[in-house]
Amino acid sequence: MDKRGNLSAASLFGSFFKVGAFTFGGGVAMLPVIEREVVEHRQWLSTEEFIDVLAIAQSGPGAIAVNTAILTGHKLLGLKGVAAATAGVVAPSFFIILLIAALLPQAGQSPMLNAFFMGVRPAVVALIAAAAIKLGQKILVDKFSIALAGVTLLIGLLLNPHPAVLIPIAALIGLSRFFYLQKGEEGSRR
Amino acid sequence: MILPRLFASFFIVGFFSYGGGYAMIPLIEREIVQRQQWLSAREFLDILAIAEITPGPIAINSATFVGYRMAGVLGSIMATLGVVLPSLLVIGVLSYVYVKYQGAPQLKAAFAAVRPIVVVLILMAAINIGTRTIYDTYSVVVAATTLLLMLKTRLNPILLLVLSGVVGVILF
Repeated sequence: MDKRGNLSAASLFGSFFKVGAFTFGGGVAMLPVIEREVVEHRQWLSTEEFIDVLAIAQSGPGAIAVNTAILTGHKLLGLKGVAAATAGVVAPSFFIILLIAALLPQAGQSPMLNAFFMGVRPAVVALIAAAAIKLGQKILVDKFSIALAGVTLLIGLLLNPHPAVLIPIAALIGLSRFFYLQKGEEGSRR
Repeated sequence: MILPRLFASFFIVGFFSYGGGYAMIPLIEREIVQRQQWLSAREFLDILAIAEITPGPIAINSATFVGYRMAGVLGSIMATLGVVLPSLLVIGVLSYVYVKYQGAPQLKAAFAAVRPIVVVLILMAAINIGTRTIYDTYSVVVAATTLLLMLKTRLNPILLLVLSGVVGVILF
């Protein structure tokens, strides 16, 4: 499929509407759905671009799903894309909650909805783990990234630091490595 | 005067909540329950339950719900706009920089180091949520089956979510 073949404000809105309608629990739980839609199905972003978008999405304020929509929309279609993707991802929550608030003030205690959610939770965990494994297979391909991932996993398990702290630190490590390697190259040329 | 106040309160929530999802809950609680006293603690818990069993980001769900409670449809629009606007501003600027300097070797080098971290962060999220939600036979079986299906087949994750939910309704 041509990368930009089905790209329009309407298809962006539609794809992110789907993401908004099927992300339970918020945060990274939306990741497998968005990866399937934007990378595998539409092929609008490569795996690397998707990971970059996720990194930036977690470095700013707000919901990850909304931030991912803003970034993907902007990258693909500029301001028009931002408007279409953001509206798409927000619309399902907005209308469903409006309906619930208006019609079912006691929805928080619905036993059937609670049972549905109890059933969904373990599947959500598995979807997130599967996304980590799939992305990892494509990203962790050299010594540098494997070492970085290993150290981060260790730090993560011990200290549980915030993503907004880890991502800028990683960016600085990448930059220092760049300048260090560049310096080495200049040195060897002399 | 409730509409501008709704907008301002949810703008604050949107601006200071990093990481999304559950990270936003303490902020919303502080602003809406403690400061503005628009909801009681019990009502707030109800909204969290609703936000959990309905799709979409928790921040959007709470903003729409509280906005509607306080000022009807117009209130829900103002609160939702308020909570989304900080993302639009900050992420918009970051996105502009990213798209403009995408080809720069410095930016490429920075992202080469960021990518492995993002993979680990996703894995960490699975571990963190998993330790809280996978504790009995049902959850182990569903999680293992889903993981296997996701890795070995091309089934749509949405289908797997709906299926597991239906199994939940039958069992619980």
